[in-house]
Amino acid sequence: MYSKKVLNHFNNPKFFGKMKDADLIGKAGNPRCGDLLTLYLKIDKKTNKIKDIKFETLGCAAAIAASDMICELAKGKTLEEARNITFRDVSNSLGKLPPLKMHCAQLVTEALNDAIKKYKK
Amino acid sequence: MHRIILVNNMKPYLDYASTTPINKEVLKEMEPYLKEEYGNPSSLHELGRKAKRAIDKARKRAAKFLSSDEEEIIFTGSASESNNTAIRGLVKGIKQEKIHIITTQIEHKAVLETCEDIESENIEVTYLPVNKEGLIKIDDLTASIKPETRLISVMYVNNEMGAIQPIKEIGKKIEEINKERKDKIYFHTDAVQAANWLDCNTKELKVDLLTLSSHKIYGPKGVGLLYIKKGTPIKPLITGGAQEWKLRAGTENVSGIVGMGKAIELIQKNTNKKIEFIKSKLIERVLKIPGSQLNTPKQSAPHIANFSFKGVEGEGLLILLDDKGIAVSTGSACTSVSLSPSHVLMAMGSSELEAHSSIRVSLGNQTTEEEIEYFLKILPESLKKLRRISGR
Repeated sequence: MYSKKVLNHFNNPKFFGKMKDADLIGKAGNPRCGDLLTLYLKIDKKTNKIKDIKFETLGCAAAIAASDMICELAKGKTLEEARNITFRDVSNSLGKLPPLKMHCAQLVTEALNDAIKKYKK
Repeated sequence: MHRIILVNNMKPYLDYASTTPINKEVLKEMEPYLKEEYGNPSSLHELGRKAKRAIDKARKRAAKFLSSDEEEIIFTGSASESNNTAIRGLVKGIKQEKIHIITTQIEHKAVLETCEDIESENIEVTYLPVNKEGLIKIDDLTASIKPETRLISVMYVNNEMGAIQPIKEIGKKIEEINKERKDKIYFHTDAVQAANWLDCNTKELKVDLLTLSSHKIYGPKGVGLLYIKKGTPIKPLITGGAQEWKLRAGTENVSGIVGMGKAIELIQKNTNKKIEFIKSKLIERVLKIPGSQLNTPKQSAPHIANFSFKGVEGEGLLILLDDKGIAVSTGSACTSVSLSPSHVLMAMGSSELEAHSSIRVSLGNQTTEEEIEYFLKILPESLKKLRRISGR
């Protein structure tokens, strides 16, 4: 069902954990679908770049792998660039998620956008 | 050293409620009908007659197990087909403008979605709730009966959490009620998860329709059975031949039917004690892990233990366990087709997160205590890992 890459990111995620001094926090998911995720972002104020990023995800293998992947994709990018990351980018970088799991990729981009949105305010 | 090697090679299959490995004796009896005994049971020549005799023998074995007549048994392609035949076939056969059906909220989807599918202006369905123990109340059931009620379908053992419904008691009650009615209420039970463990005597249970599956009792896949009590006005769903008492057209799955017959004959209720012992040990040890919860009620079949674990999602846990060679199931359905978790656990009062965090461990005749030990070693480390990722 899952690609090797999905399983690798699920089994050995690099970006999980809490960030106490996060500049931005983005959330997505709900109990009904069973996925709850939080992204923590540290922003370099001068360059507007994402200096550090972490996630905490309660969810299936695809949701955890997608969380790890969006962190990998977003790290080092400016907020403007990070906002352009699509769920397809996440899925493709994971060697494609199964069609039934595509909503997990949507969820992680939602969480990232939720965080970025707060920065503008 | 020896122990370590043993553990490393271990691949505990703890998913017997999904399917069971085929019994060697069953396979042996099937083999000729996949090879030289290829006759069509409807053919009049010798090869055909031999095939016919083989399915007659299987039917006899099933009839003995169910305490029924051979004329009351049809073989189908699956238990799902049997459930469909029981419900749709009866509705087709009853000459009545409006029909009311009573079932439960925790049925297998083969009953639940069939009922939902036929619901219309003229077919009304009541879905009975269950309590925290996963049981329906007989008072709820009798209170739901209407003049148009013609079918009650209640599963024997629930496939997700193992609760045993009081089928015998319900059967008796319906029989009493029927005495005072003009139009009989027919009683169906899906006994797929009960067959290995509980009494399936149709006379005792007082059922009119009963469903069994072959691959849940160490038989081959692709065969089911429906017991249809004499006089039950069932109409076929598949037409075009006189097979199975004209109730299921199509050339018979001879080897499959032979296999199911043998599997039924081999059912031994004496494994209950051993499995019950392993299950109670398993439950005791799992509940010692912080944040774990048992979803299986006291009154349950010996082979099923369903747990929820705080801060993890069932599918993720399943995949971690699978990576270590352990096979279990989950009540979480994290797919975009159906994002909502187990309808069974929800009906029992679980929260959505609890239902999403559930796994079902189901045992069978080859389960060993060593396998459970191995599972109990891997489970806590898997939970720890997922809880670190979820931060919960």
